[in-house]
Amino acid sequence: MSDSPVPANPAPPPQPAAAGGAPILSVRDLAIRFRTADGTVTAAADVGFDIRAGEIVGLVGESGSGKSQILMSLMGLLASNGHASGSAVFRGEEILNAPARRLDALRGASMSMIFQDPMTSLNPYLRVSTQLVEVLERHRGMTRAEAMAQALAIMESVRIPDAARRIRLYPHEFSGGMRQRVMIAMALLCRPALLLADEPTTALDVTVQAQILELIADLARSIGTAVLFVTHDLGVVARLCDRVIVLYGGRIMESGEATDIFGDPKHPYTRGLIDSTPRLDERSHGELRTIPGQPRAAQLAPMGCPFEPRCPHRVVRCRTERPAPQEAGLRQLACHEVRL
Amino acid sequence: MLRYVIRRCIGVIPTMFVLMTITFFMMRLSPGGPFSTNRKASAEIIANLNRHFHLDEPLWQQYLRYLWGVLQFDFGPSYKMRDYSVADLLIQGFPTSLKLGLAAILISTLVGVTLGTLAALRRNSWIDYGASTVGLVGIAVPNFVLGPLWQLLFGVMWGLLPVAGWGQSWTQMILPVVSLALPNIAYIVRLTRGSMIESIRSNHVRTARAKGLGERLAIWRHALIGGLLPVVAYLGPATAGIITGSIVVEKIFSVPGIGRYFVEAALNRDYTVVMGVTLLYGFLIILCNLFSDIVYGVLDPKVRYE
Ligand SMILES: Nc1ncnc2c1ncn2[C@@H]1O[C@H](COP(=O)(O)OP(=O)(O)OP(=O)(O)O)[C@@H](O)[C@H]1O
Ligand code: SF4
Ligand SMILES: [Mg+2]
Repeated sequence: MSDSPVPANPAPPPQPAAAGGAPILSVRDLAIRFRTADGTVTAAADVGFDIRAGEIVGLVGESGSGKSQILMSLMGLLASNGHASGSAVFRGEEILNAPARRLDALRGASMSMIFQDPMTSLNPYLRVSTQLVEVLERHRGMTRAEAMAQALAIMESVRIPDAARRIRLYPHEFSGGMRQRVMIAMALLCRPALLLADEPTTALDVTVQAQILELIADLARSIGTAVLFVTHDLGVVARLCDRVIVLYGGRIMESGEATDIFGDPKHPYTRGLIDSTPRLDERSHGELRTIPGQPRAAQLAPMGCPFEPRCPHRVVRCRTERPAPQEAGLRQLACHEVRL
Repeated sequence: MLRYVIRRCIGVIPTMFVLMTITFFMMRLSPGGPFSTNRKASAEIIANLNRHFHLDEPLWQQYLRYLWGVLQFDFGPSYKMRDYSVADLLIQGFPTSLKLGLAAILISTLVGVTLGTLAALRRNSWIDYGASTVGLVGIAVPNFVLGPLWQLLFGVMWGLLPVAGWGQSWTQMILPVVSLALPNIAYIVRLTRGSMIESIRSNHVRTARAKGLGERLAIWRHALIGGLLPVVAYLGPATAGIITGSIVVEKIFSVPGIGRYFVEAALNRDYTVVMGVTLLYGFLIILCNLFSDIVYGVLDPKVRYE
């Protein structure tokens, strides 16, 4: 597996990972709003970040902080009551609210997504082979036989034992971990330039989690795929990610290189997260749920700092005035009290 | 799969046996007999007739006699329509009833699934509201109201279609088939709409979109099977509805099927005919349920491999 993790592919070879190269994804002023019976819910606002080829970027935040919806908006998969504004430029092309035909050329080919729930994300009525092959038929114009051979190779590269037999099975004949491997295989079939992974392991048991994460990281590095990696788990971020974006109430609180963020967390929320996480050398994974107070309800759309109600350092203006982002190199911070 | 089918086929036998036994005794519990309504006949003649048809024997003996006959595919003579055996009557009427029923099932499935799917794909459009209205009317207003209404409108007032009858022209089929199909169309539209909406929103259809397959493939290949499974499951029980409906519809439109006999036979206590029609209908319902279960198994691998 180490010598040839992913089968040869007639697609144009991906750009090699180049630190500091032009970003392949550039998100600016992204805001996501949902129309609901009770009014507008803002799931994300003022979100901006870049991802370069080969980078693994962690997107962390509590449940409801808008992580999934950010990925969905990039894939053009928001629910019908949702709307995204701002801009997301993927390899020089605006993809936010792009026409479905244009998105369909990219989705599954140069950008792909692994969903939060592996148990329901595969079609229960079709063989795994059909579900893999159709991607290659659609995007690579392969014949069935060619596509089948490549699908089999990718099944092997995600270390599904006995792949030749299993590829003919239906999803319910796979365990959760194996299903998620199939999802990963499916997402990587066309060697995408960008992989959006939405908590790919939360539904799985702990021993499988680690394997799957390593697998995604390994494959991504060997193909040169950039990964935007959503997780609750700071241990995972510390181990796998080059950079971290910390989200709270749909806004970016702090972002920067993983070593900097973990070595010297600045934002009160980030510090709370890290303090409430068991130490990494304890080999257990902390959930980000032990900061006092409740996550802020998205619909309140506060004027000031979203973290204000739970912040131990808050001052008067935190409630009314939104902190302007401070920047220093790759590091960003939004807080009135703490300076970069 | 084959083992499952064989097991289900064998299961038909005890079900039929129970159906036969229950119907036999229930019918005998209701007052009167085949010859008690015949006022012209003297007591002596009635006694003779009863003796001739073994109706004077103890019930259990009659039951065993009937059972023995059925095992040899002998369903006995009709008590009321002299010179006809039950088998004669069924063979005569069944092709007509079958044609009517199949046409109704076919039309209700095609129209119901199409309308329901369109309504699900274009929610809150005129087609959605239209389909819902058809659904409401079809379910709420019974056949014996709509049937005569169609006759009045299309037959008498506008003179577009024959009011009743069967076999002279295919246009005679239209009103009975539509009357029979309508409640089913209504039900299938609602069923399809609901399950298609759910299916379109399901995670695996989202995956199909995320793969860039395009909306058409996402719907046709990934949403349709899951969305139609409830309809397939419903088609078995639907035949029961079609059959009971056809008893009414055949009467309204003077269609010479077996539904007609059934009503008359029940009123006349023509025991053997009632039994024969019940057994035939029961067998059909079981058969259709079996068929719909098999189709379900073919579509849903989880069921197939159990
Ligand atoms: N279709 C919708 N209509 C209204 N609100 C929605 C809709 N989808 C998501 N939201 C809201 O958007 C907010 C962000 O949701 P999101 O799924 O992105 O959270 P998340 O960070 O992924 O959480 P988790 O870790 O639990 O997956 C939530 O408050 C949610 O209620
Ligand atoms: S801006 Fe104020 S409330 Fe927000 S994190 Fe900084 S100190 Fe806390
Ligand atoms: Mg989520």
